Amino acid sequence: MATLKELSNKEILISSGHRACAGCGFPIIIKQALLAAENPVVVACATGCMEVCTTIYPYTAWKVPFIHNAFENSASTLSGVEAAYKSLSRQGKLDKKIDFIAFGGDGGTYDIGFQALSGAMERGHNMLYICYDNQAYMNTGIQRSSATPRGANTTTSPAGTESYGKKQYRKDLSAVMVAHEIPYVAQASPSNWNDLVTKVKKALAVEGPAFMNIIQPCVLGWKYPSDQSIELAKLAVDTCFWPLYEVEEGEYKLTYRPKEKKPVEDWLKRQGRFRHLFKPENAEILKEIQEDIDTRWARLLAKCGEEA
Amino acid sequence: MSVPKDAGWKDVPKAGRILEPGSAAKYETGGWRTYRPVHIPENCINCLFCWIYCPDQAILVEDGKFKGIDYAYCKGCGICATECPGKRGNKALKMILDEEA
Repeated sequence: MATLKELSNKEILISSGHRACAGCGFPIIIKQALLAAENPVVVACATGCMEVCTTIYPYTAWKVPFIHNAFENSASTLSGVEAAYKSLSRQGKLDKKIDFIAFGGDGGTYDIGFQALSGAMERGHNMLYICYDNQAYMNTGIQRSSATPRGANTTTSPAGTESYGKKQYRKDLSAVMVAHEIPYVAQASPSNWNDLVTKVKKALAVEGPAFMNIIQPCVLGWKYPSDQSIELAKLAVDTCFWPLYEVEEGEYKLTYRPKEKKPVEDWLKRQGRFRHLFKPENAEILKEIQEDIDTRWARLLAKCGEEA
Repeated sequence: MSVPKDAGWKDVPKAGRILEPGSAAKYETGGWRTYRPVHIPENCINCLFCWIYCPDQAILVEDGKFKGIDYAYCKGCGICATECPGKRGNKALKMILDEEA
């Protein structure tokens, strides 16, 4: 367990001057994740807000080698880099320990980059894939993705007189990654920095592929004041919408249990994208969303061997 | 960026490579700001929450202690002031209108 005092002695490997919105969540995720690394890191990134905002030509905010290829293939691009590293090490041309981290948004991970991610995990590359999940295609103007929660208003699932927003529940990608039977899968949140840093350390230490799903509040897409990013990440955790757990070699472990499980409304009502759910005609939807979270939470507790 | 403005295509690195790490720091984002955080030292307990949560590396820390705010980059999001626990409920960071600073 690191303290902030200790961490603050390390160099932050993402610079100021990137063009992410004021209050954006992903620069916080990059900072915390890279602070956890003890070896030199090579980063690959899928197309998305993170790639666009941090690498506006001729500038880069990254202080680590960084490669962007296309939207769908950050996992396969990095598996190539990792394979080349293994080859050079075998030939005796490199004797440095290097960590590999791929970043992708929920669009580039849950949807477009899913096949590349699944392939890289199956092939067993020694890398960590981090999904920064802001729950829609925020970079192109808030289109729904398979990570968008039910009831959210997006430009392709607009709420209005005919619709209450997205009809489907979000895909549980972390569970899908657990099904790949890779050595390490975890869910984290930038609000719980210590938990996040510890998990990245673990993920980089394991031999073989690791996957982390990190929630990322988006000021523009979730529609809230810019100072609320960490508060909303915290509420997502405390309402059990985004439980913090890890799965090591198939063993589930809850890494943080809220003292009091808050109703999901506490999280929803602070975001403009869910505002319409609080109209009387959508009361039933709100109830269903809570029931869904309760079911998933109970299931997770059982898997983690925790008391209900 | 080390390439001068009148450089020809042969002078520009191939494949869109950017050779200088962290060069984005040459681009100052402080002008985006409407509100600015102000530090009140007597309420600061040096918990460094502002530092770990700042998206723009605008909180400066030295020897594990709060040192200052880099207004060249601070976009004024207000996360630092919201997350600041302060001393006995009195926050060490508060937001004021930038033009009033």
